[in-house]
Amino acid sequence: MALVLENGRRQFDYWLTVYKRTWKGTLISSFLLPLLYLAAMGIGLGSFVDRNGTGALGGVSYLQFIAPGLLASTALQVAVGESTYPVMSGLKWQKFFHSMIASPLRPVDVVAGQFGFIAFRVGSTCAVFLVVIALFGGLSSPLGVLALPVVLLVGMAAAAPVVAVATTLENDAGFAMIFRFGVIPAFLFSGAFFPVSQLPDWIEWLAYLSPLWHGVALSRDLAMGTINPPLALLNVAYLLAWFAVGTWFAVRGFTKRLVG
Amino acid sequence: MSEQRESLVHVRGLRKSYGDFEAVKGIDLDVWRGEAFGFLGPNGAGKSSTMRMIGAVSPTSGGTLQILGMDPATEGPSIRARLGVCPQDDTLDTELSVRENLTIYGRYFGLSRAECRSRADELLAFVSLTEKADVKVDELSGGMKRRLTIARSLVSNPDLLLLDEPTTGLDPQARHLLWDKLFRLKQAGVTLIITTHYMDEAEQLCDRLVVMDGGLIAAEGSPADLIRDYSTREVTELRFGPEVMSSDHDALAEKVEDLAQRIEVLPDRLLLYTDDGERAVAAVHERGLEPASVLVRRSTLEDVFLRLTGRTLVD
Repeated sequence: MALVLENGRRQFDYWLTVYKRTWKGTLISSFLLPLLYLAAMGIGLGSFVDRNGTGALGGVSYLQFIAPGLLASTALQVAVGESTYPVMSGLKWQKFFHSMIASPLRPVDVVAGQFGFIAFRVGSTCAVFLVVIALFGGLSSPLGVLALPVVLLVGMAAAAPVVAVATTLENDAGFAMIFRFGVIPAFLFSGAFFPVSQLPDWIEWLAYLSPLWHGVALSRDLAMGTINPPLALLNVAYLLAWFAVGTWFAVRGFTKRLVG
Repeated sequence: MSEQRESLVHVRGLRKSYGDFEAVKGIDLDVWRGEAFGFLGPNGAGKSSTMRMIGAVSPTSGGTLQILGMDPATEGPSIRARLGVCPQDDTLDTELSVRENLTIYGRYFGLSRAECRSRADELLAFVSLTEKADVKVDELSGGMKRRLTIARSLVSNPDLLLLDEPTTGLDPQARHLLWDKLFRLKQAGVTLIITTHYMDEAEQLCDRLVVMDGGLIAAEGSPADLIRDYSTREVTELRFGPEVMSSDHDALAEKVEDLAQRIEVLPDRLLLYTDDGERAVAAVHERGLEPASVLVRRSTLEDVFLRLTGRTLVD
């Protein structure tokens, strides 16, 4: 483990250089889009919802209801974005992962470096977004700041399995499928916009399988100060399980691909 | 002298399989410190598979492999810390600058930022890319990219430099420039292992080489020894005009059979292996044969390969 950290540290300059090169391009997708959602849904749709009473939402405004969900969804989308094309590029297009493996770095170290960068991207994006949410009055409890580590976990719980899938693909066609049939349904049925209990039972149960639902539920409980410890532990454990299993497959996938 | 030489790569019965396909079928060799060692063979001979195993990246499927006295199965990272690897495909990051490709790579070996910077400056000068230091790799020519890849492989001051097909795809001028750089490394005492399917490259660079074919070693020695052992001093090439079908070559070969120690019949020409090429030419003309063109030349590794495998190196 200490070796993984040391070898991860050795990749810091690489990822810093990558970030310096790409950060401008990430502004729109990472910051502007969630902000537009917050404005359109929270304020636009929200003023309509709030007029009819918000008892079903737990007594908070619609903006306060969806803000934690949008935060968790943003974490998921940033994480998946960084787990798809960049991984394919390193393995196949530019092959920079192959050059890393010729140095003392091992596949597990390369995975650690990639994960570290994803965590940074998710964490920095969500931190800024959380500040914006607070400015909009989207947090009704100071516990809401704890939503940041939670959505970081959401991001990693999604990133690990997506990286694992990316190592098995030969071209980027599969990524469109991940977005269409993974990210978008997970986003729509995550409980970010309405309680999933409104859905038919079978869809409701599908929603519970999604790591995003657990992230949304936990972030919202923190933001509203309605935390239920046993349930929160269950949410965290479920997210950790996705991360752990995904990481195992991601390391295996990198090893297979880089060390033939 | 021979007792003191140190084996940097010790290989016995080495094998590599991918599923049912056996790429390397049991090879033995030693690479001594300070020498330039070559793997010569056509594409698919097992050279790159062997190089990936020596690079401590690809696990072996059988046999013994020791690199710098260590076992790659258990000490891969320690071995790789002392190797420089120049892979067949450029694996440069094309969106980074030339200098960043070196400084970032040095960090993977645990060098400090200051060390990386000074190494990068030295190496850019060595491969004549100082003026390109701040341009993106995308803007470099193929030859410049290769030189940068070689510079990158040297960033950690390796004991052993692995070069997989270093000049494939380069124009002649770029190749000669690269050979010059590699020759200077050799002079500086760096141990080189080179794979190539160009016999001129092997002759230029290698002190000693193995000829590989079909996953096995067909012969081993210095270029001069191999030529002496497996070929004659000279070769007379006879080409006949378009009116002579290649199927007639066998009949023509019979007519001149006794003029050479050995004859190879290729689709476009006959090769007469003899120690006196001019005399063979005179005798051919005396027999009333009129080849469209005649060439007398020295034997090369290409002839060695033809002798050993019955095939030409580059099709």
